[in-house]
Amino acid sequence: MDPQEYQQLEQQMTPPTPYLKNVLKAFFVGGIICTIGQAITYLYVIFFNFTEQTAGNATVATMVFIAMILTGLGLYRKLGQFAGAGSAVPVTGFGNAVISAAIEGRTEGFVLGVGSNMFKLAGSVILFGVASAFFVALIKLILVSVGVLEW
Amino acid sequence: MVILFPSKPSILACGAVAGPVERKSVFYSFFDSVIEDERWGQKTNEQGHSQMIQEACDILMKKAEINNLDVDFFLSGDLVNQMTPTNFAARELAISFIGLFSACATSISSVIIASLLTELGASELAIAGASSQHNAIERQFRYPIDYGAQKPATSQWTVTAAGYALVGKHNPEYPSIIAGTVGKVVDYGEVSPFHMGGAMAPAAYDTITSHLKKRHQKITDYDLIMTGDLGKIGLKILKAMFAQSGAKQEELDVLRDAGAEFYGDDKAFQAGASGAGCSASVFFSYIEQQLKIGRYKKVLLVATGALLSPMSFQQGETIPCTAHAIEITME
Amino acid sequence: MLFFNFLIAFIVGGFICVIGQLLMDVFKLTPGHTLSILVVVGAILDGLGLYEPLIDFAGAGATIPITSFGNSLTHGALAEAEKHGWVGVLTGMFEVTSSGISAAIVFGFIAALIFKPKGKAN
Repeated sequence: MDPQEYQQLEQQMTPPTPYLKNVLKAFFVGGIICTIGQAITYLYVIFFNFTEQTAGNATVATMVFIAMILTGLGLYRKLGQFAGAGSAVPVTGFGNAVISAAIEGRTEGFVLGVGSNMFKLAGSVILFGVASAFFVALIKLILVSVGVLEW
Repeated sequence: MVILFPSKPSILACGAVAGPVERKSVFYSFFDSVIEDERWGQKTNEQGHSQMIQEACDILMKKAEINNLDVDFFLSGDLVNQMTPTNFAARELAISFIGLFSACATSISSVIIASLLTELGASELAIAGASSQHNAIERQFRYPIDYGAQKPATSQWTVTAAGYALVGKHNPEYPSIIAGTVGKVVDYGEVSPFHMGGAMAPAAYDTITSHLKKRHQKITDYDLIMTGDLGKIGLKILKAMFAQSGAKQEELDVLRDAGAEFYGDDKAFQAGASGAGCSASVFFSYIEQQLKIGRYKKVLLVATGALLSPMSFQQGETIPCTAHAIEITME
Repeated sequence: MLFFNFLIAFIVGGFICVIGQLLMDVFKLTPGHTLSILVVVGAILDGLGLYEPLIDFAGAGATIPITSFGNSLTHGALAEAEKHGWVGVLTGMFEVTSSGISAAIVFGFIAALIFKPKGKAN
């Protein structure tokens, strides 16, 4: 049996990815997490005199706090297995990536373990976030300078 | 490559311990000890891993009524970088030690070397086996334990378990090792670290067929051919490979897999169990006991190992795999 | 009206997660690749001036997914670039912040103080 034949056989024997089920689970869990975020935003607006714009940061921080509790109790891992991108894409998933790596690094100490490993998973998100922000700003500036666009 | 052991070294005693999650294993009642705390009361997972190895060896020596001074060699390995848990356990055991790495196939490669040393007359008693600790292995090979990544149905759960065998001179009252096959490294191009069964099945197939061919045997000469940790899907693939080469149903029924059976039908473990401790703890508890009570007369134990590292995966390399086998009989 | 806002947040947030799920399942990307792509998409959408309207429309449905992270970083960079021109593109990079990163660092540190990793199945 050559590798190509084998890969065909392997594919036949491997259960297919349940695309629809995964998409539905991601949609509902992701939707619910965002709805909770919306509720928290309103709480900040109603009780703490935030505007809907300024409540954004407080909401994100609160969501990451919730992610910390769930991660520490080992629940976010289970949620992730169920929801896939539904729990990975919201900012709680970003929090989970940072927090799980931080908890795990504890046994190697706070500097070499927690500090050095915290962004093991989430570092790429920060890199691409900041780098793409830089290039988008640069391109827009160029386009504005040559008169194609306005601010 | 098949090696014959005309002096028929025997497995004189075994020690198998497992972690708390392994209470859910169908083999639970065959383990010598199950611990409540994954870290074995230690500060780190890796120390707990080491402690588990020591405990399995201590149980084994107690059963055989010997102490570390009676043992000539300690042959073992695990999956952590540089195998520190095994190295540190060897420090405490104070037995001449060779660390071995064949990933999850270490449970058998160590027994093959122990049998060779016994055959050679260099060893009266040797402890051979392997172990894995879920937290220590997962964090190294995949993601942090508490990271919420969705694992596909093909993924397997790394067990927390250790299994060790005491290999000594032939004794007709104990299971005896007749021959062993050292497997080649086989790579059919699987790239997903979440489909180990698919990566390892060709290695198991290669080792089993070459063992049978060189020994002029057929599958049904065995009461049982048990592979290490292909998992449910890997075992299905292996059976399909044998079916394609003309094996009948009664032959396919001889094939079983420790990883596929380890957690029963519990869906939480997806395709079943894996890890060096999986095959080791099943072979050196359940299988050994079944041989001793005479349920099986002749078995082929095949441990499979995926020889990847997290770095090789990130660099886009495929997953090379190997499988080692021993033929055991009970008179 | 309030109910309608929640519903929009649910649907838009859920939809962004569906895109992430498809990237993982169909294109077999790791979570790291998927999230990186979404962040870049968020940054580009803001560059096109499309993300802020989405936030106005969907509220937390647009601010909670990781795409908003790319948006807020780009927003900061663009504001500086507008004020200070070429220098602003660079200094904008030092001005931009994200509450997501700060919160994750703080709570990650606290979590490391109080929790141990748990390897229990189901």
